[in-house]
Amino acid sequence: MSEESKRELLFRAIFERNPIALLVLGICSALAVTGNMATALVMSICLTLVVACSGAIISALRHHIPNTVRIGIQITIIATLVILVDQILKAFFYELSRQLSIYVGLIITNCIVMGRAEGFAMSNPPGRSFIDGLGNGLGYSFVLLAVAFWRELLGAGTLFGHTILATTRREGWYEPNGLMLLPASAFFLVALIIWLLRVIYPEQREE
Amino acid sequence: MGHYFEIFFTTLLVENLVLSFFLGMCTFLAISRQVKTALGLGLAVVVIQAITVPLNNLILNQVLKPDALAWIGQGGLDLTFLGLLVYIGVIAAVVQILEMFLDRYVPALYNTLGIFLPLLTVNCAILGASLFMVERDYTLGESFAYGLGAGGGFLLAVVLLAGIREKLEYADPPAGLRGLGLTFIAAGLMALAFMGVAGITF
Repeated sequence: MSEESKRELLFRAIFERNPIALLVLGICSALAVTGNMATALVMSICLTLVVACSGAIISALRHHIPNTVRIGIQITIIATLVILVDQILKAFFYELSRQLSIYVGLIITNCIVMGRAEGFAMSNPPGRSFIDGLGNGLGYSFVLLAVAFWRELLGAGTLFGHTILATTRREGWYEPNGLMLLPASAFFLVALIIWLLRVIYPEQREE
Repeated sequence: MGHYFEIFFTTLLVENLVLSFFLGMCTFLAISRQVKTALGLGLAVVVIQAITVPLNNLILNQVLKPDALAWIGQGGLDLTFLGLLVYIGVIAAVVQILEMFLDRYVPALYNTLGIFLPLLTVNCAILGASLFMVERDYTLGESFAYGLGAGGGFLLAVVLLAGIREKLEYADPPAGLRGLGLTFIAAGLMALAFMGVAGITF
């Protein structure tokens, strides 16, 4: 396998075959944590780690997993990794883990993780599965961070908590858009991202 | 009694799992093409939520909590870190048992719900409801009301969206927005509409 194909594996999931925008996977947690950049970034890192590692582990074990109980084994491996991530967050970043509330736990049922385990890791060697997981995690992160960027900037005038647009409440000029703070705005932003990707890649359009 | 109704209606409308916490989105968007299938899926979710949330509550309080195992002489054990693994295991088991039970005793219902049941193991709304139950420290009775409300909320949202999507078939949006994009916007508008009931307290 050449270096080129590895790079392709990594990048194709970010724009061309984005797990959220094209495959409609993993939206569950994608929208809820995008109220500000910090939580979105932490969530992205957690998910990318879990997808990549679970891909590598499941792929390394793929010849030993009986076909009939594979879903159960995959979920157990994924859940174990998520418990690790969850405990690390609780131990070292307690404030952030409280803000993310149940959404870290929900990585277990994130369809991206299951989808990559079932669709890729079960039939490819560990190294490739790791890179594929990394790529899909980054594709997820791309959508998450794009949505969080606009929501935090337009909704609160800040990025990572630093003031970018001085809001009227602090005697600035920017009147914050309250809609962006509401969960519903994430739906509209994701719809716009999907629209944009489908203008760039017309073959993704639906009939 | 009023307290349980309060939990039920709050989860059903104000804190709708789908529209205000974005749980179960994948299934919500994938199975909302037709009202009939959406109804079947929604009913399956109600049944499973009403069973798994109280069951997980029971396990949490009797087995996982610190010192909960004192009754078999294992005091001082704190197994809460195993929570995630246990909840998903319970959900997978309940889904499987329910599937076999329906297949054996209520074949008519099985034929309607059958295909959706295995899918629901990996539905975030189901695991999410159990995790919210843990976070909010509900009692057994409260968690039953919560499970019922959470399932009912999913049923309500998915059937409403399916109704809208059936009508959207006749719309003529820009090519890139057709299908998924438009569904997202419809769901967003529904979420805004549901916020209208946010001020209601019971």
